[in-house]
Amino acid sequence: MIVEGLAHVFGDGVTTDHITPGRYYHLRSDLPRLAKHVLEDADPEFAGRVQPGDLVVAGRNFGQGSSREHAALALRLAGVGAVVAASVARIFMRNAINVGLPVVVCDTAGIAAGQRLRVDLAAGTLVNLSSGQRLSVTPLPQVMIRLLRDGGLVEHVRLHGGLAIGESEGADSGDG
Amino acid sequence: MGQTLVEKVLSRGAAGTARAGDFIVAGVDIALAHDGTGPLTVRQLQAMDLSRSPRLASALLFLDHGLPSPRRELSNDHVLLREFARETGARLHECGYGICHQVVAEEYARPGAVIVGADSHTCTAGALGAMATGMGSTDVAVAMALGQTWLRVPATMRVEITGTPDPAVSAKDMILSLIGQLGADGATYMAVEFGGITVEQLDMAGRLTLCNMAVEAGAKTGLVASDDTTRSFMEANGREADWEALAPDADAVYSSTINLDCGRLEPQVSRPHQVDLVSPVGEVAGLAVQQVVIGSCTNGRLEDLQVAARALAGRTVHRDVRLLVIPASRRVYLQALSLGLLEQLARAGAVICSPGCGPCPGVHGGVLGDGEVCLATTNRNFQGRMGNPRSAVYLASPATAAATAATGVITDPREVLS
Repeated sequence: MIVEGLAHVFGDGVTTDHITPGRYYHLRSDLPRLAKHVLEDADPEFAGRVQPGDLVVAGRNFGQGSSREHAALALRLAGVGAVVAASVARIFMRNAINVGLPVVVCDTAGIAAGQRLRVDLAAGTLVNLSSGQRLSVTPLPQVMIRLLRDGGLVEHVRLHGGLAIGESEGADSGDG
Repeated sequence: MGQTLVEKVLSRGAAGTARAGDFIVAGVDIALAHDGTGPLTVRQLQAMDLSRSPRLASALLFLDHGLPSPRRELSNDHVLLREFARETGARLHECGYGICHQVVAEEYARPGAVIVGADSHTCTAGALGAMATGMGSTDVAVAMALGQTWLRVPATMRVEITGTPDPAVSAKDMILSLIGQLGADGATYMAVEFGGITVEQLDMAGRLTLCNMAVEAGAKTGLVASDDTTRSFMEANGREADWEALAPDADAVYSSTINLDCGRLEPQVSRPHQVDLVSPVGEVAGLAVQQVVIGSCTNGRLEDLQVAARALAGRTVHRDVRLLVIPASRRVYLQALSLGLLEQLARAGAVICSPGCGPCPGVHGGVLGDGEVCLATTNRNFQGRMGNPRSAVYLASPATAAATAATGVITDPREVLS
């Protein structure tokens, strides 16, 4: 699965309050409207600017804070093709995978806003097409790869009639 | 080889011994959601064709975040959840019953249980020796319907707390100090096991505060061993039959150990807009505030209200401040009422609010104006957290909050209580 698009760059510590602010709580059951406000307090122009397939590129601890799955959903609905970050908060990572929003962990320091990135999820590679740089990506745990491949948790459960995760899903890296 | 507390809990259901690093499918004993996360859980259950699972009758739902409702979109979410509870037999806790994590601690959590909640502060229940962790709505939907969740058994960071703190210093100051040291991602994915002589002597209210904020250092969960304090707490809540002792093995393997000596710990404050921007209160003392909040799943217990009342004794709330006092559950509210605490606080000028999350998640009940500053006993001060990105939130203990409410500026509670 390939994601290719422009990078929208954020710093460290982007919170779930940045992604889906509390003052839009009443839009949690109207996700398309909620998506119009995604990352509004970090970058008011982001929601209007992002094109389908673009990437949110961030520093450390992306998605820190709340367990609100709506944060991952709003990003996906806004058209974000993948989140690329130096590190990702635990619950957000899990939610992103569950809703089929790929998350790529790598050193993002050298990525500038507007650069074109190409992510190959199956191969686990990220190429900065604008700079030519090839970045090393931290592999996701097998269980998350499986969930992404199935299209998310709902699709996984429908496909398998429950959680189809055995010990073979264990991996040396990553967590959940 | 010895086991940590979380390894012991997760080994109970698993086919074999669960060790840090193992990927397992754990049986879930308690699954919960609230009005912010529950509606999505309900929809995802429908999407997975699991809405008729008989196990849903054991699910717990809480109407605590956006109630009493400030607007109709939220009210419609509440209608949805009530309908779901009627159809499935799920246990719904109505407006005013209490904050989910407080009620879970009072009525449901028990040592050795695996608890999964659609709220990041679900880790609060670890104070009773449970493995309690926050997840998203869909994960919780699966847990509610299938009684299972996949997870990696976390490595454990052991936090040894020793020393006798100043009377004005409490568990909130300890955990803020720890988060300041670790950073917001210092314990990512880990279990934080709190122990040491000071924790052994800490009441359940304090233990709940410690575990509640483990997630603010990125942790998967926080836990405290189950002992006689746990038993007394459960007994006081009519649940002694569910108590059992549970402690880590003496030869448990920890990935790291942090020592925290409270002997000279000063009251701490988290500065805007990150929880890990922690300083001793002296560094921010004198800053004017317009709103003070004493409440939340972090510090809304009877013991917190008692400290607040002591700090406000003989004083009144400053004329430029509104002090919101929010008991974390109806049980706490009624206890505080019968002890005369609510009257005392109201006479001092406090606004006594109904049990619930109040302004903490920025939905209602105390949203801030542009340029306003709030000092709160809550757990998060991210930009926009209390409903306005053009405001600032400082986090502190109930003692610091009460002292501040009286003066109108951030105040060291030792000036009042030591």
